[in-house]
Amino acid sequence: MILREIIHLASGKMLTDVEDLDIEVKGGYTADLMSDVLASIQPDAILLTGLCNPQVVRTAQMADIRAVIFAGGKQPTSDAIDLANEEKLPLISSPYGLYELSGRLFQSGLPSLKKI
Amino acid sequence: MQEEKVFTNRETVITDSVAQNITKVEELSYELMVKDVMASNIRVVEPEMTMAVVMELFRKHRISGVPVVVDGNLNGIISLEDLIRCLQKGDLQSRVKSYMSSNVITINSYDPVVKALEMFEKSHVGRFAVLDTEGKLTGIITKGDVTRGLLRALHTRFQEEEIRRYRASHLFEDIISDRTSLILRYYTKPHDIMKGGQASSNIKRALLRLGADPQLARRCGIAIYEAEINLIIHATDVGYIRVEIEPHQITMKVNDNGPGIENVEQALKPGYSTASEEVREMGFGAGMGLPNIKRCVDKMTIDSTPGKGTHLELKIFVKKDTAKSKQEE
Repeated sequence: MILREIIHLASGKMLTDVEDLDIEVKGGYTADLMSDVLASIQPDAILLTGLCNPQVVRTAQMADIRAVIFAGGKQPTSDAIDLANEEKLPLISSPYGLYELSGRLFQSGLPSLKKI
Repeated sequence: MQEEKVFTNRETVITDSVAQNITKVEELSYELMVKDVMASNIRVVEPEMTMAVVMELFRKHRISGVPVVVDGNLNGIISLEDLIRCLQKGDLQSRVKSYMSSNVITINSYDPVVKALEMFEKSHVGRFAVLDTEGKLTGIITKGDVTRGLLRALHTRFQEEEIRRYRASHLFEDIISDRTSLILRYYTKPHDIMKGGQASSNIKRALLRLGADPQLARRCGIAIYEAEINLIIHATDVGYIRVEIEPHQITMKVNDNGPGIENVEQALKPGYSTASEEVREMGFGAGMGLPNIKRCVDKMTIDSTPGKGTHLELKIFVKKDTAKSKQEE
């Protein structure tokens, strides 16, 4: 699914200055524990999380995550946004809670990218 | 409302590569100066010359405008349109001064190219006279000069980048020894969680630049990131990460001087953690660090003495063609 479409489904607001919204995202993964993400996310996923610090951006970089959506209208710290701009990682804020956000994307055909 | 915002650009099809080039051109237009792209070897005419001379000059050199100069000082500019006006009247014997526009737009040679672009946009004039720091005419700039200058700069930069990438990825082939390795060293500050991941980020980037398989770079990145976070969370003093890159293997050593792990076997169990609430708030300390590291590497050795420190050694073997053979389980 194209990032632009995911942002639409999430009623998302861009938090970084990434211009290219036509990135291909293979699936999604929801977690608040970064070790869980590192342990079992597959490459090219979008991460849905409630965690709002720079480590989310670092984790995304290590695990080849294409974009991050912060659920529940949460705003990451400015350090996190600066780092994401530096690393060209799109950060998005969605008003939906983690459960509903995951459900909406999954139902629209975005598969789970958790390693089995 | 938010939806509208996101979809406003939908009509414009901008692919990754186009977007990249646009920003590069924009960058260049700020970096390059007018003097870098202008035509400096220019022809000039004087106000008392006839329009017939101008026509001959335009025809012979295939140009469409020249500055009018008296003793090196800019007096006006005469363009193809002025010549056409003159030709319509059959007035080729009249003087340049009666057809030239004396209201010449000028730009300084040390102005950035982006300024010229803005001025072209605003003025709808095809060429500007370029003045040096003393106010003397030093060149002419047209939109064509800007385009050519930008393309030339883009091309040079592209070649430089290619050479850099080539050099990095051929490092091991170009340097001959019985055993070549590249060593990267990083130091971490204890409890500086906000900075956590900087070293790992640089290590992963270095591996990719050296031409490592992305899957391999990802495994190294995840393993060293967990180790770096551990170092920051637990070490009481400066932590030390040493990565030795060789064509056949990557050896990562992560050392600290304390406090050491009381029970290594327990620390290896998924879910076991001694991390503080602060660390947990950062999304770590769930007792998955060491198990995660172990999963990503081919060999893990941990040597820890309580009160003295912990030495972690991680090895990832690079197998040609089968670099992906050990996927993360």
